[in-house]
Amino acid sequence: MSGGATWDPLLGRLGLDALPFWSMIEHPTRPEIVNGSIATAAASVVVLGALAVVVLVTRKGWWRALWSDWLTSVDHKKIGIMYVVLAFVMLARGVVEAVLMRAQQAFGLGGGFLSPEHFGQLFSTHGTIMIFFVAMPFLSGLINFVMPLQIGARDVSFPVLNSISLGLTAAGAGLVMVSLVVGRFSTGGWSGYPPFTELAYSPGVGPDYWIWSVTLSSLGSTLTGVNFAVTIYKQRAPGMHLFRMPLFCWTALCTSILMIFAMPPLTVATLLLALDRYAGFHFFTTTLGGDMMNYANLFWLFGHPEVYILILPAFGVFSEVFSTFSGKRLYGYSSLVAATMVIAVLSFTVWLHHFFTMGQDADINAAFGIATMTIGIPTGVKVYDWLLTLFRGRVRLTTPMIYALGFTVLFVVGGLSGILLANPTIDFQVHNTLFLVAHFHNMLVPGLLFGMLAGYSFWFPKAFGFRLDERWGRISALAWIVGFMLAFFPLYALGLLGMPRRMVAFFQPAYLPWTIAAGLGGLVILFALFSLVVQLRVSVGAREANRVPVGDPWDGRSLEWATAAPPPEYNFPVLPEVGSRDPFMTAKEAGAAYQEPEAYEDIEMPANSALGALLCLCGGAAGFGLVWYLFWLVVPALAVALGALIARSFLRRTTRTIAAGEVRRTHRHWLAEVSRTAAVTRAGECDVRNRGRAVPAALEAAE
Amino acid sequence: MRPARRLRRVGAALASAVVLLAAPAARAGEALSFLDPQGPVAAAQRDHFYWVIGLVMIVVLPVVLATPILAWRYRYGARKAAYRPKWHFSWSLEIAIWGIPVAVVAALVWLLWVGTHALDPYKAVETGQPPLRVQVVGYDWKWLFIYPDQGIASVGELAFPVDRPLALRLTSATVMQSFFVPALGSQIYAMNGMVTRLHLAADRPGRFLGENTQYNGRGFHEQRFVARALPPADFAAWVARLRAQGAALGPAVAAALAERGSARDLARALGLAGEGAPVVGFRAVPPRLFEQIVERAHAVPAAGGAREAAR
Repeated sequence: MSGGATWDPLLGRLGLDALPFWSMIEHPTRPEIVNGSIATAAASVVVLGALAVVVLVTRKGWWRALWSDWLTSVDHKKIGIMYVVLAFVMLARGVVEAVLMRAQQAFGLGGGFLSPEHFGQLFSTHGTIMIFFVAMPFLSGLINFVMPLQIGARDVSFPVLNSISLGLTAAGAGLVMVSLVVGRFSTGGWSGYPPFTELAYSPGVGPDYWIWSVTLSSLGSTLTGVNFAVTIYKQRAPGMHLFRMPLFCWTALCTSILMIFAMPPLTVATLLLALDRYAGFHFFTTTLGGDMMNYANLFWLFGHPEVYILILPAFGVFSEVFSTFSGKRLYGYSSLVAATMVIAVLSFTVWLHHFFTMGQDADINAAFGIATMTIGIPTGVKVYDWLLTLFRGRVRLTTPMIYALGFTVLFVVGGLSGILLANPTIDFQVHNTLFLVAHFHNMLVPGLLFGMLAGYSFWFPKAFGFRLDERWGRISALAWIVGFMLAFFPLYALGLLGMPRRMVAFFQPAYLPWTIAAGLGGLVILFALFSLVVQLRVSVGAREANRVPVGDPWDGRSLEWATAAPPPEYNFPVLPEVGSRDPFMTAKEAGAAYQEPEAYEDIEMPANSALGALLCLCGGAAGFGLVWYLFWLVVPALAVALGALIARSFLRRTTRTIAAGEVRRTHRHWLAEVSRTAAVTRAGECDVRNRGRAVPAALEAAE
Repeated sequence: MRPARRLRRVGAALASAVVLLAAPAARAGEALSFLDPQGPVAAAQRDHFYWVIGLVMIVVLPVVLATPILAWRYRYGARKAAYRPKWHFSWSLEIAIWGIPVAVVAALVWLLWVGTHALDPYKAVETGQPPLRVQVVGYDWKWLFIYPDQGIASVGELAFPVDRPLALRLTSATVMQSFFVPALGSQIYAMNGMVTRLHLAADRPGRFLGENTQYNGRGFHEQRFVARALPPADFAAWVARLRAQGAALGPAVAAALAERGSARDLARALGLAGEGAPVVGFRAVPPRLFEQIVERAHAVPAAGGAREAAR
């Protein structure tokens, strides 16, 4: 073991110095105590939070339900919800870290309160968490929940694989959380560039935590991509042609294709780096012919498509939101599909723009710069398609719509800075500065995060059967918008003033007003996050008043609104026949919604499986063992995982059948509820009158 | 051309005002930004910057204005506004929303192609004077500037005569770094075992912020230097002073350079710690020092630098 100076067969590299408060006890200087206290407090939150969950579940006697209804469930809706829960937990940590960094820079003229080491860990965990353990789980969760409903399927093509993907992602997230309590995380940023992350420059466990958490997550995402793509190709309801799919499904398809092709280069890059660190290879070292430029190419061959993996599903959500809350067909459907596909293809041709400054010649830089700017065309078209959906509609300013409107205005600003960065001439000036940081947050906060939060508000009633509190939702949406502007627009100015990213402290007084403004923006974002928590608490408290059992609270257009809220496990009692692009709206307008089918049949659903939960434990244990050189843990963990996979393939009974009689009973009960419920116009959308049955907007206008 | 130039000037004034007014201290010390350019490269980059903003505004501005207008005009309560729930396509609009971005991007592509070639960091900056050769070595967390024709070197300060362009060759003795003097022009990576190039020039005497923008550990934020454009006579005096008073760059000094630490730590290690910004001058620089640092990484034959191998 290279670098394992204190390696012990039993404890590996683990020692007392792995505890976050150890160095503060050994060296009780003021900076050590400040940083040690912050780290210890963060670790305590993780430990106490986990303990609190265990105590709560035990007190309430929820263990059995948690295991059989959730952890071993292969229902795409439950897996989707678990992904989103994971994303929210990690989002809370990511935002708190962001606020700490903004605070550090607000006090950072010549010092601040965080040590450089601590700050390095913060920007590395923040980036890693936000990309791999907030954005990816959130969009995987939304697609999981929504897409099979929208295409009229009962589940995804590979339900157990779906649960395994979730398990691997959760294991990666778990490793990042454990790094807060035991040891340190990488300081090499979310992109983990060697040679800085090589053993020679970063001998600690940090980069290993990064490598294994990202590897686990990238494996999970590759499998997710395969699963979603096959589901969309093979599981569509009769009549649901590709060009009748809701736009969200198109974006899900493009994202899945990108995942399949873009995640493997990342897995390869992290594994090569692992070979360097664990086995003395020299892929990216500074000696013996290692070349970090190969890493930069591999990483960004993943990294650039990745940003479109992140943004496309949000585009899908916004397409649904604009059309639904304008009470109008989506403008330019074919255009939007074409634009989505063009973006997906072009995203593989631009990776070099992440290192224009590496010294290749002007022709190459120009070619990649031009390819990058070309992506601006389909993206611009999309924004105009959405605006034309508003045009001559009836726009309701609900929470998802506030996010959507904030998104269009802010996103084009990010597009402008993106076009600027696509010019090598300008990139040579703002690369690696806070201008770049402002740019990608400008794309990912209004783009991805607003999209996900809009989707959360939009589909929450479908998932849980009651609407979220509208007042707190709007407060939160506005706080996100204002907080974003205050936190990130100053970073554009700082970047133009030459301030590099990842600076723990600075020495130019000119930066101070901007860093203070950005720090205040961070506080507003913290409030926005707090509002989301309050919203959830208030909504759960008032759930009886806000129930929407009929399942169509927003006068929806696509199939997911045609079933109960929450939907039965099998989604649809009888698979729907699709004859148009907005099938449920067409049915409502023709008075043909909520019909009883001629006959009910037995429904075969996948049976629960513990494989996902087991692989989560094994993956997490193997990762932890590798980080700390605990090889007695790694070997059995991997063996159990492999054995379980093989054993599973011998299982004969992998489905269970729901009898036609039970389906009939459930469906008739719901239909009775439907006929008892008065349909409401959009004027009653956000109050207690809304029980989930809508007067279609076009009919309301005709009255 | 004239309205365009006026537009550009107004844009330039506005943006500079926004960035620099709130930062009055910026001009008092070192020049920080290419929006306040101190040389021909940065000035061209600034112009390019405003041109791109102006062109992209053709697409961006309508969105920023139309979003609130449409949301208000067609709000649910506005019963007088037209409502066409089935309308979803128009060929003329379609041609406009694809055509206008295509036209704007076509113009941008032309700008990009010309600009990328004109401002290629590998391309020499012509001022009518022979360039000053400087070799730059990135250490953790300081830059070493070697003047091969003068036989001197410095840490913490990159001085050069204002009338001559700078021709830089860069490498790193450690992890990847990015060399950057924003007020003068482009940044470029410095990588171990490889050589990259950069050309800069100043068009007036002054002091400019220099830095590393690629994170390389706990001393990253301290890896700054001052780039100083001096009148020719002052530069000659500066060279003479280093030749007379600089520390001889022998093996002991080379070892101190390779230690992880800022320029200030180096000065302290060499017993030169004083007041003000840490600047260390060297004389008696070994003639092939830069080449040796590059070759050290190649214990076995390996692929060369990005373009150096091809030349």
